Amino acid sequence: MDGLAIRVEKLYKDFKLPHEKQTTLKGHFTNLFSTKRSRSFERQHALKDVSFEINKGEFFGIVGRNGSGKSTLLKLLAGIYQPTNGSVDVRGKLVPFIELGVGFNPELTGRENVFLNGALLGFSKQEVLEMYDEIVEFAELEKFMDQKLKNYSSGMQVRLAFSMAIRAKADILLVDEVLAVGDADFQRKCFDYFYKLKKQKTTVVFVTHDMNAVLEYCDRAILVNNSQVDFMGSPKDTALRYRKLFNDDNDQTKPGTTTKTADNQITTKWGDESASIDSVVVSPNPVRDADKQIEVKVKVTYNKQLSNPVCGIVVKNASGQELFGTNTNIQREKLGVKLPGQSQEFIWAVPNILSEGKYTVDVAVQQSDAVTVCEWWEDAAAFEVRSSEEKIPYSINPGIGLSFKPIKK
Amino acid sequence: MFNQIKDRYRYSIILLKQLIKTDFKLRYQGSFLGYLWSLLRPLALFAILYFIFVEFLKFGGDIPHFPVYLLLGIVLWNYFIEVTTGSIAAIVGRGDLMRKINFPKYVIVLAGSFSALINLAINFAVIAVFMFFNHVDIRMAVLVLPIIVLELFVFALALAFFLSTAFVRFRDVSYIWEVLMQGAFYATPILYALSEIPVKAAKILMLNPMAQIIQDARFVLITPQTVRINDLYGSQIIRIVPIGIVIVCAVWATLYFRKQSKYFAEDV
Repeated sequence: MDGLAIRVEKLYKDFKLPHEKQTTLKGHFTNLFSTKRSRSFERQHALKDVSFEINKGEFFGIVGRNGSGKSTLLKLLAGIYQPTNGSVDVRGKLVPFIELGVGFNPELTGRENVFLNGALLGFSKQEVLEMYDEIVEFAELEKFMDQKLKNYSSGMQVRLAFSMAIRAKADILLVDEVLAVGDADFQRKCFDYFYKLKKQKTTVVFVTHDMNAVLEYCDRAILVNNSQVDFMGSPKDTALRYRKLFNDDNDQTKPGTTTKTADNQITTKWGDESASIDSVVVSPNPVRDADKQIEVKVKVTYNKQLSNPVCGIVVKNASGQELFGTNTNIQREKLGVKLPGQSQEFIWAVPNILSEGKYTVDVAVQQSDAVTVCEWWEDAAAFEVRSSEEKIPYSINPGIGLSFKPIKK
Repeated sequence: MFNQIKDRYRYSIILLKQLIKTDFKLRYQGSFLGYLWSLLRPLALFAILYFIFVEFLKFGGDIPHFPVYLLLGIVLWNYFIEVTTGSIAAIVGRGDLMRKINFPKYVIVLAGSFSALINLAINFAVIAVFMFFNHVDIRMAVLVLPIIVLELFVFALALAFFLSTAFVRFRDVSYIWEVLMQGAFYATPILYALSEIPVKAAKILMLNPMAQIIQDARFVLITPQTVRINDLYGSQIIRIVPIGIVIVCAVWATLYFRKQSKYFAEDV
């Protein structure tokens, strides 16, 4: 178990769902003499045969759609639920953040709530006292600490709760995505915190819907679907698989086919094949300083009659983060009715605001609902930007201006 | 060794302290007299019972210091009711918290028990004042009082563990317990002297741990003329019955709670 933080083995979790909850003695009594006893509840399998291991220091993502079982999995890891079968082995102190401000009581003052929440996070009174000023300062609530929590705005409550949460000392943190709600300023604080955790090599289990967050923070991720682990692997592949899953509702969707292009780039195509992307070409490649525009040429052939399909592109950086994108709807272009066999070329002109690095383009054709995928070509084309300018740690360099002047006091 | 235990229960102890504190702060939240109600409630009840049973109905017979004797019985009984009745909804009431974080569930029940114990201590202070004005003699026997209180604490706590757990699945528990306690109040020698009822009935009543506890407490604190269980049976051995009930309750309730508490988050 060396180097492992969590080991989950053949984990099963069932919930008994009573058809009508029997919470009175009479209910149990009549149930006792009923011949149809077995009908009084239904077994629901929330998790089936889930196994995985999380290494120490890993930022591990759990993704899945609503109702897939990912929250149940999180609660099993946190020890809140008991496994029906199989085992969850956790090494080290684990603190779950399924919700911020656990135990907050609206009738208590901010100060009292800090101590209560602190106790739930495992801090003694003395320890809370030592960091009390920091907590209050970070939450920017100096003037409000002796007011009852019920008089706080929801933003103030979240600030206080978050200020507490980031002080939790644990070997393993379980973070539900609820942590990343709130206004832009708060989200930024959250993401700063995630970066800090990543740097400190804290083991983090992160449950989310947000594929961009997975791509940005996670070292590895699993996709939970229909109570089972559907996929486990790199954030990029997991995100890809997740996106595909969203189109699985459409029965015609074929599983993705992975091919290797000439330059050894792994690309994947998937969709219901009502249209096919024949080629994607980026020019010039490599892109140099002098090039004002990057052209992306996309050739599409329609295989079925389609009314107002939508074609779009997304440009991603080397770590798989989506930088920007557009589609014909955003460009306010209606494509009209397309007949089987008809072909079309799209030429996208992207202003060259990219800094030096490698980039890839995703291309997709969707039906007019902008949900059903005719064909999605992941990493359809790769290109490189070479710049004589000094390398900056950001993908986009839109040419930011700067001026400054002294301020007279 | 001691540090090991301290480490193991560190989280529970921290949590327990905070929950007791919170409980205490919230108890009289928003009331004008606040904590004073901890004193006023037993005093008010005492005043009513005193006028009805002592002045009007002339209960108490030949028992010296009967008003204080009565008050002590009421205070102990109130503690028992506070712990048991208060515990019933304790686990269900914390359902939301249990679904968010994993913590030792017994802390919830224990916190209710300790918070009632603080109340009991305040009430004992009131009793001490009454004893002073009634010129009650303090005897060496008073040293046994902590043991009697311990027995009361364990008995009430055991029932609290059982009731709070049972309530998660059977919501009838609260009503059943309420009716049961209304009957038990009169089946326990709180308002009347044991000498006023038939010996056969008294013998059966005294097997109830609450009756044994209240009478023992009155004996050591108020007057040696109190009839205790061993006085009725003429032997100390009979104490095995009420004490045995307490121990069996405690062991069984602990096991039941431990088994069920894992599933509280799912069942609540």
